[in-house]
Amino acid sequence: MAEIRVLSPSGVLGSGFPEASFERGLSLRPHVIGCDAGSTDMGPASLGTGVPHFSREAAKRDLRLMLLGRECLGVPLIVGSCGTAGGDEGLGWMRDICLEVAKEEGLRFRLALVHSEQDKTYLKRRFREGRIRPLEPAPALDEGVIDRSAHIVGMMGDEPIAEALNEGAEVVLAGRASDTSIFACVPARLGADRGLAWHAAKILECGAACAVTRRRPDGVFAWIRDDHFVVEPLDPGMRCSPQSVASHTLYENADPFFITEPGGVLDTSGSTYAAESGRAVRVQGSAYRPAETYTVKLEGAELAGYQSVIIGGVRDPYMIRQLDTWLAGLRTDFDARVREILKDGDGPPKYTLVVRVYGRDGVMGPLEPLAHELPHEVGILFEVTAQDQKTARILASTLSHFAIHYPIPEWGGLISGLAYPFAPAELDKGPVYRFNMNHVVLPDNPCEMFPIETIEVGAR
Amino acid sequence: MTTLGELAKLIRSKNAGPFNLTFDIMFEEEEAYRRVVRANVVNKEVFGRIYRIPPEKILLVHHDAARAIKISIPRPVFSCDLEDGDCYGGQQFGPLVDLEVPET
Repeated sequence: MAEIRVLSPSGVLGSGFPEASFERGLSLRPHVIGCDAGSTDMGPASLGTGVPHFSREAAKRDLRLMLLGRECLGVPLIVGSCGTAGGDEGLGWMRDICLEVAKEEGLRFRLALVHSEQDKTYLKRRFREGRIRPLEPAPALDEGVIDRSAHIVGMMGDEPIAEALNEGAEVVLAGRASDTSIFACVPARLGADRGLAWHAAKILECGAACAVTRRRPDGVFAWIRDDHFVVEPLDPGMRCSPQSVASHTLYENADPFFITEPGGVLDTSGSTYAAESGRAVRVQGSAYRPAETYTVKLEGAELAGYQSVIIGGVRDPYMIRQLDTWLAGLRTDFDARVREILKDGDGPPKYTLVVRVYGRDGVMGPLEPLAHELPHEVGILFEVTAQDQKTARILASTLSHFAIHYPIPEWGGLISGLAYPFAPAELDKGPVYRFNMNHVVLPDNPCEMFPIETIEVGAR
Repeated sequence: MTTLGELAKLIRSKNAGPFNLTFDIMFEEEEAYRRVVRANVVNKEVFGRIYRIPPEKILLVHHDAARAIKISIPRPVFSCDLEDGDCYGGQQFGPLVDLEVPET
């Protein structure tokens, strides 16, 4: 096998990279340029709403450079998890940016859009067939969960991307894709060892995050050869060390030695890491173990409600000493007050009140081992969630007034027990979503969930 | 008395997907890594006590090439659920920093 070279300009499209680094990457003559554009890291909002995390301007700047670089070398550009969540709205958003750049720059290429948004009828059929299985841990799944999801995406492997390339695509914009499939696809097609291709991909997908110190979002380059691969950051001022590259399999993975992909498991338990130069690292011994059953992971988000929040501070030592008692009383009496103003048939009004006490256990909640240590001041975040924004706002404005005057036994007369930094004290947060599945589908083949749409860009 | 935080290059926590949390305790020096491993400062029992989780639900590995101890657990609350206060899971490592490492 000849050497296969892969350019990863940035850990995530939209976060940026220096042009000088990218130009250096192009000068190394990669066989493919790949970039990840999404994650579940930022929470379920992008999947729920379809709105990407990064701005259009930032994404357009990065994509323009990649499209021009690709044109210059005549190699494929693969962008995965378009629009953060990879749903159809996010993919359409990236497509429009791509078409706009192509028009502005006079580019012509065959564009493939690989969709990952899932049809609910298809998923319900697979569910009834027993071909949707939970991972650990998973929320309960039934057809109702599928129905009430705002959006569901499947995480594609490298096969649908390879299919797009087989059909002659020069630019592939993919919906939700396993980060590694973006980078492993072309090397695997060119005959690279699958263990090395997948391990290299795992390192490439986060850009320069595998460097000893990443100064800013930047790129990385890999050379995949017969029995090893070499990885090096593009910025000459950054370096990789054997430890920094080995450490990268730790990042955001539950198990650093066995990393599950749709078609198998990347096994890095036998990998060795050695300095190739002062800045580059050579990796050997990685293995890819094909799975008996091909699985496609699902990601779903459903509306949890609409939120209004209140931020307040407490400095009164008497109140801090009995904060939980005060909060418990407040919760009960506030609920009674809510019933006076909101009638929901014969039943009680539906809302959720979450209270976080910053300075005590706001970050770790019930897991905080030092919750008993009283500080001199705490910040309280009240989060009211209801079925619509109007109701959330009504409840929050009631709560802010109710809470500030809610008494403690030590003081006689009307107290003002909370310091509000804002007026009005309530902030409307809009719709909030939750992830509602951690499951895999067992499809008949790796491509059936990922339809491909082809566009001849710049064709007369 | 030496603490884990003093010996480690980085102690971090992070989501491993929305349903799992993972903790990395990383060392610059081989000797510091070996010392912490030898002293068995971080094991499933200690970790389970701090994070109130049964040891059988904990994955703990020693990654020699990375000079790191890695622990993964199912998230007590799924990322960004209404009760979750740490969507990225980035601030859950706090109680590990001051664990004491005995002199060896």
